[in-house]
Amino acid sequence: MSEHKAGSTESPWLRRGLIGISVSFLALLILMPIAAVFTEALRKGVGFYLQSITDPLALAALRLTLLTAAVTLAANLVFGLAASWLIAKFDFPGRSLLLSLIDLPFAVSPVISGLIFILLFGANGWFGPALTARGIQIVFATPGVILATVFVTFPFIARELIPLMQEQGTEEEEAAILLGANGWQTFRRVTLPNIRWALVYGVVLANARAMGEFGAVSVVSGHIRGRTNTLPLHIEILYNEYNFAAAFAVASLLAFLALVTLAAKTALEWRIRAEQKQLTEEL
Amino acid sequence: MTKLRRHTVIPGFGLTLGYSVSYLSLIVLIPLSALVARGVGQPFSEFRAAVFDPRTLAAWRLTFGTTLAASLVNAVFGLIVAWTLVRYDFPGRKLLDTLIDLPFALPTAVSGIALTAIYAPNGWVGRWLEPLGIKAAFTPFGIVIALAFIGLPFIVRTVQPTIEDLDPAVEEASALLGASRFTTLRRVILPTLRPALVAGFVTAFARCLGEYGSVIFISGNMPMKTEIASLLIVTKLEQFDYAGASAIALLMLVSSFVLLFLVNFGQWWSTRGQRERF
Repeated sequence: MSEHKAGSTESPWLRRGLIGISVSFLALLILMPIAAVFTEALRKGVGFYLQSITDPLALAALRLTLLTAAVTLAANLVFGLAASWLIAKFDFPGRSLLLSLIDLPFAVSPVISGLIFILLFGANGWFGPALTARGIQIVFATPGVILATVFVTFPFIARELIPLMQEQGTEEEEAAILLGANGWQTFRRVTLPNIRWALVYGVVLANARAMGEFGAVSVVSGHIRGRTNTLPLHIEILYNEYNFAAAFAVASLLAFLALVTLAAKTALEWRIRAEQKQLTEEL
Repeated sequence: MTKLRRHTVIPGFGLTLGYSVSYLSLIVLIPLSALVARGVGQPFSEFRAAVFDPRTLAAWRLTFGTTLAASLVNAVFGLIVAWTLVRYDFPGRKLLDTLIDLPFALPTAVSGIALTAIYAPNGWVGRWLEPLGIKAAFTPFGIVIALAFIGLPFIVRTVQPTIEDLDPAVEEASALLGASRFTTLRRVILPTLRPALVAGFVTAFARCLGEYGSVIFISGNMPMKTEIASLLIVTKLEQFDYAGASAIALLMLVSSFVLLFLVNFGQWWSTRGQRERF
């Protein structure tokens, strides 16, 4: 920026041109869609907006979305803590393989993330017939929606915790153990305070994806209104029925969640950086 | 971290290893192996028929073509965006920097209907394109727009740290030696940014190959014309053609894995080179 000496920075007109290109590109691609969601949502007025988001089917979809997110986050949080403890505190053969396998779901298309559970639990799947005979339904029911969501958000929390815990090393935990604390006390009193903001960060990102997942959930849900529809699927149905204002009204809830997520993400990044800076100054 | 596990006093190795491996197997490995088994388990003639029938071939061409176009657009504009966000100060810079991640945070179905509303013939942008004879929504161009939206953060966020790490002394040296700013940009800065740019390009490419939610609303979904590969998987599933869906899915999965492996390998290789040099 300003500390760059003359001759090693762009001329003012090039600078203004590049800023112009960036801002126009981002306006077309990023700002307009978010503005369009709220404009279209209010197209038929506030009354219609409120009616659309309090419609019983919308509320049923909201309930399923909240339930799915809660179960998904709890499951992946426990895994994230276990996996990061394992990978950061111990060295063992196969550690880097495990690390790569945790990232695997990031490389899988949403549609494929749903398909694999159909292949396992569908009518012709590996376990489908046996489970159906016992009256247990996984796909085209709530468990399938949750499973697919757990799969797509699988790496989020672990990925935030592992590098941080690796960086923090094992000295503090070793000291706690040698001073007589047991494993659980060490984790709760020593490790957890050190990783809390990264933990919240991972949960916030995983939550956004869990509440907004579309492709994977669309494949396993069966689109049963009022029963297996999440908010994104409810939006799709309304949109395909040409009920655009209602679709955008429900979409505005998720768009609002996305903006809150971004704000929280920025605040947490600032917080984590400040803490790291404080830590290096203490040393 | 060179110390062996048995030398540490920290407890919980057995518990966390057992739990992590079981959970990983149940949620990720067994389900993915079901796809591999299903895709590979069918007679090869059927696999080939599913992957190479004209409708599937058209979907592949469209998917790869639009993904390539979107990733190229993002490579150019993403680089400019990353550069302006790091190097220049202007009103709204911090806000734009935060909003770069919007495609990560916004559910794909929401971005899909929002982009369709904007680029449809009566939309905010579509109505200006219409008199020019440009149709955006419900054409491959619309798919490129949706994929550019999805891929942008991958490029910007990969290139940004590299621009921040550029050593100003190198640019000053180049200027003092008589290079014009343009020559410095082209001969000094761009080559330094190239590995990050390529890594971001390939990651965005891999992500866009399998994209579904943001595309299906704007694409129009006409078989042979605007039907992408992931939509074809869903169509085959709805017709209970599990074998066909698995065959296409397996090929798509392998493509993404190979691409992401190349990115990781490339990063490992380029950092290895740096270690040797310094």
